[in-house]
Amino acid sequence: MRSAAGTVPPRAQAGMKDSWKTRGYFFSCVCVPEENLEIDSADADIRMEALISSLEFLSGDVIRACLTTREPMDFRAGQYVTLIRNGVARSYSIASLPQAGELELHIRKIPGGQMSGWFHDAAQVGDTVSVVGPSGECFYVSGREDQPLILAGTGTGLAPLYGIVRDALQCRHRGPIHVFHGALNRRGLYLVNELRELARRHPQLQYTPAVLGGDEAGDAAVGPIDSVILSRIPNLSGWRGFVCGDPGLVQMLKKKLFLAGMASSDIYADAFLPAAPS
Amino acid sequence: MEQQTTQTLYEQLGGQPAVNAAVDIFYRKVLVDNRINRFFEGVDMDQQIAKQKAFLTMVFGGPANYSGKDMRTGHARLISMGLNDSHVDAVIENLGATLTELGVAPPLIAKVAALAESVRNDVLNR
Repeated sequence: MRSAAGTVPPRAQAGMKDSWKTRGYFFSCVCVPEENLEIDSADADIRMEALISSLEFLSGDVIRACLTTREPMDFRAGQYVTLIRNGVARSYSIASLPQAGELELHIRKIPGGQMSGWFHDAAQVGDTVSVVGPSGECFYVSGREDQPLILAGTGTGLAPLYGIVRDALQCRHRGPIHVFHGALNRRGLYLVNELRELARRHPQLQYTPAVLGGDEAGDAAVGPIDSVILSRIPNLSGWRGFVCGDPGLVQMLKKKLFLAGMASSDIYADAFLPAAPS
Repeated sequence: MEQQTTQTLYEQLGGQPAVNAAVDIFYRKVLVDNRINRFFEGVDMDQQIAKQKAFLTMVFGGPANYSGKDMRTGHARLISMGLNDSHVDAVIENLGATLTELGVAPPLIAKVAALAESVRNDVLNR
């Protein structure tokens, strides 16, 4: 269950991740309300129309699509929305902050992909799609502003991380923040200049792009992202982690961060599941 | 007059907070133990942590919802992968090492180990 209004007794949220608590989830079996509580089913989501306000290439195969919803959507950077068009539904993470007034999505072109193909080849500014959401518990929760954070992802796993890092900075996070973005090669990295500029303006932020292929790495680190992270920060005890991208990579990274000492309750992850075959 | 209270094992160990403190230490030991970590490959960490919490709650003598049948069906896949007594021994060993690390007294650790022993036959489906 989820609370829509009112305070949930702490006992009914014991053992939950902070981001679940923030969204109002609670265990109904042990919840004895101490005041009036307005509740929702756990999966209550809102569907609304959204207008494409801009389309821009971030790299050879990633488009940044900004959408404006008809009514303001209450979301946290790092959550995801599901877009629906002509009976096709696909989920994308939100890279923007609510104050931006729009949903920023990073859409990679998938070979034969129905939604991504439309965005890359046909969509125009002013077109509309339906949006359902937001969903997901991979976002920044304030309260421990000095805790060191690690944000790691590959490919468009950068989208939620780009939102989360700016959310943390806006919430005046003081502890060190390390952003690691991995790609096969230099062409797969994007928002490199934006992240470097962000790191220049915020001394607590470090940004490390990493590529697997060494030939044209430039100034990016070379190697699998888990090795790149652990060679820089071998002991992650006390850290909070955000891990996004391909499901296999997310599962592997979660385990590596955990074994390096990160508490399981401090690991937030969003695995990008492939669309079900239709 | 002084009231005599008898604490359960679960209470003596510290209840739910003790389970929460033990689960990460225990799961980390299991994941790096080459005798048993192949049984955990490809398993989602969050789901596994939830199961480890339920297991620790049970062997701490706490409110458990495990039944013998759950134990049998839950481990059937692992039996087909070769799960046997030596692996159960390794789990109980990791459990003991976790509690030692948390400063639990040996007599209490022995009680926890005995509770873990009590489900050995269910786990191994015999």
